[in-house]
Amino acid sequence: MTLAISNRRKRKDLIMRALLGLGTLVALVPLVLVLWYVAKRGLSAWSWHFFSTDPTGSFLGDPGGVKSAILGTIMMVALATVIAVPLGVGVALYLTEYGKDSKFAKTVRYFIDVMTGVPSIVFGLFVFIVLILSGVGGGYAGWKGSIALALLMLPIVTRSAEVVLLLVPSTLRESALALGAPRWRVIARVVLPTALPGLVTGSLLAVARAAGETAPLLFTAAIVNGSTLDLGTRMNSLPVQIFNDVGQAQDRLVARAWGAALTLVVLVLLLTLIARFMSRRSRFG
Amino acid sequence: MQREPDLGIVSSATVTAPGGRPVLGRSPAARLPDQILRWGLTVLAGAILVLIAFFFVRLYVEAKPAFDKFGVIGFTFDNNWDVSRSIFGALPLLVGTLVTSAVALIIGVPVAIAAALFVTELSPRKARGPLTIMVDLLAAVPSVVYGLWGVFVLIPKLKPAEQWVSDTLHFIPFIGGAAVAGPNYFIGGLILAIMIVPIVSAITREVMATVPSDHKEAALALGATRWEMIRTAILPYSRAGITGAAMLGLGRAIGETIAVTLVVGNAPQIGKHLFDQGYTLAAVIANEFGEAANNPIHRAALIAAGLVLFVLTLVVNAAARWFVNRSQRA
Repeated sequence: MTLAISNRRKRKDLIMRALLGLGTLVALVPLVLVLWYVAKRGLSAWSWHFFSTDPTGSFLGDPGGVKSAILGTIMMVALATVIAVPLGVGVALYLTEYGKDSKFAKTVRYFIDVMTGVPSIVFGLFVFIVLILSGVGGGYAGWKGSIALALLMLPIVTRSAEVVLLLVPSTLRESALALGAPRWRVIARVVLPTALPGLVTGSLLAVARAAGETAPLLFTAAIVNGSTLDLGTRMNSLPVQIFNDVGQAQDRLVARAWGAALTLVVLVLLLTLIARFMSRRSRFG
Repeated sequence: MQREPDLGIVSSATVTAPGGRPVLGRSPAARLPDQILRWGLTVLAGAILVLIAFFFVRLYVEAKPAFDKFGVIGFTFDNNWDVSRSIFGALPLLVGTLVTSAVALIIGVPVAIAAALFVTELSPRKARGPLTIMVDLLAAVPSVVYGLWGVFVLIPKLKPAEQWVSDTLHFIPFIGGAAVAGPNYFIGGLILAIMIVPIVSAITREVMATVPSDHKEAALALGATRWEMIRTAILPYSRAGITGAAMLGLGRAIGETIAVTLVVGNAPQIGKHLFDQGYTLAAVIANEFGEAANNPIHRAALIAAGLVLFVLTLVVNAAARWFVNRSQRA
């Protein structure tokens, strides 16, 4: 006996499957297009000169490269990571090891989720108000940009860390406790090392996100032409440089913007892919 | 004397060491690091709540001059944003934010759900991983890069198509019958749609993963086709979660700044139609804050715009989380 499915149902099934497949294709087209254009136009802007000189800021002639922007992005994101990762992992440790399902922990978790949705420009405004309007340590400065980025990274790090910390088998914790280890030792010697690859993955994703952000830096680290390693002064960054160059609408600046965009995309995609690769290798349980 | 192996008696509470503390207990000094860690982490977690409250208060205090001058309602709903005369009514910005976000949802959500369904239910097992990574990579491309691409590729290439749509649908108000501006609401919404697809798709996938396989297998065993299984087993079960995912996308679209700033036209008036120039709350802050930093009332107005944006995303995200959590617990 064959189970007959009417032609009408068969046809509907086929059409809907095709539509879903088409939707997936539509979702991926922009990715391919963006990467294609950025690679094509960016590569023609890349040169040794592009990477080794600072923007000149002159209205005519040689616009210069993006050295200061690359340096600034690396410096500010590094400082933001140093701030956000320990704090984020700390909060996640509280949530998994102590807070668990208490009312307080649930509230914290909820607000961290809410914080994930706060627009990045609002973080920029906040840091402007608290650190620049009040005149703490002068005006615009790289470290203030880092704090804005760290605020943005904090909820991402916390949420991803919580997920991996929960994956650490509770039998591991219990065995260590049963052997007489105090709680802090269990956390430092058993929980954290076991979860380390996952924690690195989450942190790398947060770093990738922060590296591409423009809005929090616009009026915290601002923009400047020269290279500097001093986080206490204004700092250039790749996203802000691109934003600025597009706004000027001059061909030679737009060319530099494409080159900077390719640099940024390569940086961010590399971080993301490394993170994904690590997370695939480290799934336990 | 007979030894009884009764562990219940040799408990730390009853046998005490010379100091009077339980023999199996730790000395107060040894317990100290534990206490420090525990309370340190608790304070850290509490600091998040304090931070968000502080956040809100500081934004409000700095925005107050604008609210005092124009009134909260007047600031938010007056259709007049005129920097040169220092009059700030944010309605054109609010409308721009809502129109671009609506376009983003209308285009982005069906595509994201289709991608999630295809990846979880229809694609060959081997294609699942790569497809998931590719959809997620959409989220990795920085906002400013989407903006750059939008300005120099999307706007010029789409303009003829937009004009065609506008001419063809000239009888529909708000959509058709006018000259298409280069940067406009629709382009802004389209860029936003691309940017919200990965998050909506990821949450939808997570929610669909919680549909019990019993339900799916039951539908298939009763002779349902794949699509009928999706429609009868998966979609009803994950409706709340998908709603939540779409709202998270909405939150993202409302708050997205740089890409929209570059492609929406930045004209502080309510656009007359979908293909007209406009402005959004986030874009106005990114564009005008540099010049406003030293003009107190303009600065206050922009911070007030930030506060409106903050409250809007807060409400949308809170509601979204409620939907997602409810669906994942079910």
